[in-house]
Amino acid sequence: MTGQAQDIAGGMAAYNFAYLDEQTKRMIRRAILKGIAIPAYQVPFASREMPMPYGWGTGGVQVTASIIGRDDTLKVIDQGADDTTNAVSIRAFFQKVADVAVTTRTREASVIQTRHRIPEEPLTVSQVLVYQVPIPEPLRFLEPRETETRKMHALEEYGLMHVKLYEDIARHGHIATTYAYPVLVDDRYVMDPSPTPKFDNPKMDMCPALQLFGAGREKRIYAIPPYTRVVSLDFEDHPFEVQRFEEPCALCAARDVYLDEVILDDKGGRMFVCSDTDHCEERRAAGNRGHLAAEEAYATTEAAQ
Amino acid sequence: MYVAVKGGEAAIANAHKLLGDRRRGNRDLPSITLDQLVGQLSLAVDRVMAEASLYAPHLAALAVKQARGDMIEAIFLLRAYRTTLPRFGASRPVETGEMVAERRVSATFKDLPGGQVLGPTFDYTHRLLDPELAGDGEVEAALLSETDGEPLMRVTDILAHEDIIESSRGAGGDTPLPEEPSGDLTREPLEFPMQRDQRLQALARGDEGFLLSLGYSTQRGYGRTHPFVGEIRMGEVEVELDVPELGFAVSLGTIKVTECQMVTQFAGSAKAPPQFTRGYGLVFGQSERKAMSMALVDRALRADEFGEDRLAPAQDEEFVISHSDNVQATGFVEHLKLPHYVDFQAELDLVRRMRGEFEAREAASLETDNASREAAE
Repeated sequence: MTGQAQDIAGGMAAYNFAYLDEQTKRMIRRAILKGIAIPAYQVPFASREMPMPYGWGTGGVQVTASIIGRDDTLKVIDQGADDTTNAVSIRAFFQKVADVAVTTRTREASVIQTRHRIPEEPLTVSQVLVYQVPIPEPLRFLEPRETETRKMHALEEYGLMHVKLYEDIARHGHIATTYAYPVLVDDRYVMDPSPTPKFDNPKMDMCPALQLFGAGREKRIYAIPPYTRVVSLDFEDHPFEVQRFEEPCALCAARDVYLDEVILDDKGGRMFVCSDTDHCEERRAAGNRGHLAAEEAYATTEAAQ
Repeated sequence: MYVAVKGGEAAIANAHKLLGDRRRGNRDLPSITLDQLVGQLSLAVDRVMAEASLYAPHLAALAVKQARGDMIEAIFLLRAYRTTLPRFGASRPVETGEMVAERRVSATFKDLPGGQVLGPTFDYTHRLLDPELAGDGEVEAALLSETDGEPLMRVTDILAHEDIIESSRGAGGDTPLPEEPSGDLTREPLEFPMQRDQRLQALARGDEGFLLSLGYSTQRGYGRTHPFVGEIRMGEVEVELDVPELGFAVSLGTIKVTECQMVTQFAGSAKAPPQFTRGYGLVFGQSERKAMSMALVDRALRADEFGEDRLAPAQDEEFVISHSDNVQATGFVEHLKLPHYVDFQAELDLVRRMRGEFEAREAASLETDNASREAAE
């Protein structure tokens, strides 16, 4: 019996291209097509158990696995960086099961899977951005029941969301939502942009790239077709605004990009660096220098690649 | 001087190497065999099969070993394998009425045809640690009685003769099975409200601990159903598959299952005469706790069918089914350890800004206070 089990387990090594079987990919592609046809509508799909845990990008991985072909070049980022552990792990997964070319260069990628960021470099029509989504329902924290929220979407009943944003202003003087900031897509569905900082919201508007959203645990797929109007919810007297950083990136001196705060010591010393590591490296390669970027530090980073 | 961290790949590989090392433990001791796990930790293997929805004892044992005994991790491993398997078809409903039962007890009748069969149970053992088991002492052979091979009558069937319990569908019940195949939530998206077949599937895959607590809550008044264990039976049942080319069903073998039929109260309504109702539990392997919990929760979730108010958590389908899956739950809870610094940065910025505004307001009001005091002086 042990031998038999090992045989069965041994047979597990043979997987289909990009892990999922073709029937499953077809099912997911149908959901994607429906999602593109009805921008930002959450399409239920029979999410599969993936060999990585729920909450770690199984939705994005299923979407990527269903659309990726042998000629694609894949980039995977988490928090804007190619080298965060989960991005490394997902990239390695696709290298293993699909043997596709991978890159860290935004420009070279045809499929970009992301968690929590949109690359700084503007995307093009020949690219697809795949978002990993934990909670696809923008109304979930206002109404926990799926049966109710589906009804609210059907009736375009989004008053509750505006009330929530208004209450923020009344209480804090600000809209206290800094990420997963709700957007209205194509003047119809309110959508959760996934937990990207609201800094990235404007990049979704009229984006030339196809944007796909996969939520594995919640079993939903949705999409924003290229060149679709995406508006962040706001009020006339409290217009939507993005976060501005006071200082530029300490390594590449970029302004108007999203920065990570890096703690340098236990005495409050800190620096701000680009969250988008590829963007930062490209700027440094082009000769841009921030106040903390030494020549040798840059050389080490290059060598490590 | 700041250098961006670029160690991800090597760090992951090294972490996995260390995991492998810790899993193996002391190399002077022999590695545990899958046969040992299947034979001696069979209830752990059963639980993994049940919650992974895959009846494969040796693969479940491999998962337990690979997971270092972490049950949810083992369930996850086996599920991730299950999802890659092709579907040949759906078996016929297993006929638990014809089970070769190793255990069968009823709490509703003192004696009944076939008798009370205790089987291999922890019930009535005194929970005293047994030092003998620390070694490899001789274990007495079990005393097994000859059976006549006659199937044991189901307690619920006895009640059904009197029409005093609601009828069940399919084999052993009065109503034929529906024509359409039962749902499969591993192949179709989950949508609320659910049908009972899908709901039972979700409960059968659900976390034992979660269902246990929910079942317990119904006993303590949160959605009370006045349950009696009509019957629990555990043993081997035959799995048959209809093969269209052959025109008849072929036996694929037997599997061990535990079935629980809860008999619960129902007062009746203007249209329906008073009658007992059912809660149903069916689980791979030997797991009475799970089968009983499942039956309690199944009955609680049928509140709408009997016009009961849905007030308690155990009666709330969306709440129960959305949170009963431990692989989903553990994934989402544990994903919090993934980096979230981009979002945290956004929150940091907002809190700092709001604090700045708060302090400015404080300072301003302090100044006005001082100014008015000076003016008063």
